[in-house]
Amino acid sequence: MRFLPAGDLAVSVELGEEISVEVNGRVRALEYLIQQKGLAGVVEMVPTFRALLVYYDPREVGYDALCGAIAELAPQASAAVLPNARLIELPCCYEDPELGFDLAAVATRLGLAVPELVRLHSGAEYLVYFIGFTPGLPYMTGMPERIHIPRLATPRTKTPPGSVSIGGTQCCVYSVESPGGFWVLGRTPVRLYDPGAAEPVPLRPGDRVRFRPIDRAEYDRILGAVEARAYTPVIA
Amino acid sequence: MIRILDPGPQTTVQDAGRTGQLRYGIPPSGPVDRFAFVVANRLAGNPDGAAALECTLIGPRFEAEAACAVAVTGADMPFTINGAEAPRWATVALEAGDVVKLGPARSGVRAYVAVAGGLDVPLVMGSRATYLRGRLGGLQGRALRKDDRLGTLAAPAPRARRVDPRAVPVYGGEPTLRAVLGPQADRFTREGIGALLGNAYEMLPQSDRMGARLRGPRIAHARGHDIISDGIALGSIQVPGDGQPIVLLVDRQSTGGYTKLATVCSFDVGRIAQVKPGQSVRFRAVTVDEAHRLLHEWNATLEGVIREETA
Repeated sequence: MRFLPAGDLAVSVELGEEISVEVNGRVRALEYLIQQKGLAGVVEMVPTFRALLVYYDPREVGYDALCGAIAELAPQASAAVLPNARLIELPCCYEDPELGFDLAAVATRLGLAVPELVRLHSGAEYLVYFIGFTPGLPYMTGMPERIHIPRLATPRTKTPPGSVSIGGTQCCVYSVESPGGFWVLGRTPVRLYDPGAAEPVPLRPGDRVRFRPIDRAEYDRILGAVEARAYTPVIA
Repeated sequence: MIRILDPGPQTTVQDAGRTGQLRYGIPPSGPVDRFAFVVANRLAGNPDGAAALECTLIGPRFEAEAACAVAVTGADMPFTINGAEAPRWATVALEAGDVVKLGPARSGVRAYVAVAGGLDVPLVMGSRATYLRGRLGGLQGRALRKDDRLGTLAAPAPRARRVDPRAVPVYGGEPTLRAVLGPQADRFTREGIGALLGNAYEMLPQSDRMGARLRGPRIAHARGHDIISDGIALGSIQVPGDGQPIVLLVDRQSTGGYTKLATVCSFDVGRIAQVKPGQSVRFRAVTVDEAHRLLHEWNATLEGVIREETA
């Protein structure tokens, strides 16, 4: 474990050097323990793959005291201490090339038939490592090895929100229109960032996610309900 | 109630900012120059975090629809009421029908206009701050437009006070920003770190509330410019592959995968906020202990700048 100062109001706690479910589980567990203990002076925290950024108020706690208190909690920080993860179902329309505009190209590149690619992608369960970069964007793992694929050689400048995408070993869903280097397999009508909603970001770090294949008609129906704020994703 | 006659290029409602949402990818927003913002609120008799206007490069023109008190601080924008010059960094009373105008900044970039009571826009996730890229908070998540009307929360008329003229910040020149090395200083060569600490870096016009983009001698990486994405603190000096630094500000992305050489201290972020494109800055490394001592001094300065108006 390393403590790296990030200015006068934050410290980055590094728990490993790799992207793995195990290391990320410890990061989220450490965040959870700090929250549970109500560690003095902690203002907010940002979990990522292998580090926890802890914002603090130096009027309430000094740097050394804070690092000491975190170091004391660290040995207990394993995924076992975390509450049960939620399972969120995101409907995803793969079949319409207007939405899943890279689906055919990915299938060709991986030497898979399109239905097989959809079966593999939607058959897996994903873990939200963390949310970041843009509001509500989940960084997820859980991709079957057969569909690991290098990122786009040239990132596109605009990816529509809701795009369900893969790159490397990861899956993500774009939450706002943004540049991106991932291949777009489909689109979910669910908004992962909705500034007008009571809860603008529906996903949380540590959530499990499944994609349910839907046809274009169902996509349009759910989209209508989403726009009328009459749709809630299934959460188990 | 105020009515916007001309909004200026980018005038937004900001309060102290949103806390606790970075883990959902939502930045705090709030004023880039917290010093000027807090002083404006105190002069208007408001709590430090009350919602006020942040104006960029050229201020707005607005009409007071009812008598109220205001205070204008930050960038040196010519401040007039019905065409007559009015004092900045002071409590100023307005009558109904008065027209306030803030002209183009002579120095600095961001001015703050606090109205007694604080601006009354809906709380979104506990804050009234505007996050423009996320279309969140403030007035419908956007910059102000002509004919927008903003109400205020009820408040008694504040005492007339002003900032000691000797304590009014000067925004010209080449400010030296204090920064703590890290979190990824070990990813740069000695020469790379020396470049940042030994040279002036020019502010580029692409800078905004998300980040201040700077140009200067290339900052060399020791082993690649990509890291496993991690959290980005306020003031992070991110250095992508081109070796040019970007200082991340209040509307920053919550996480990112570029190396961060150092982090500008919170009390100097507001000074970057006032550096115009074409103006330069320098950086000086401080330890975390020094940074905390300087933060304490900064807070003490903030406590002491306002004095009672004497007749």
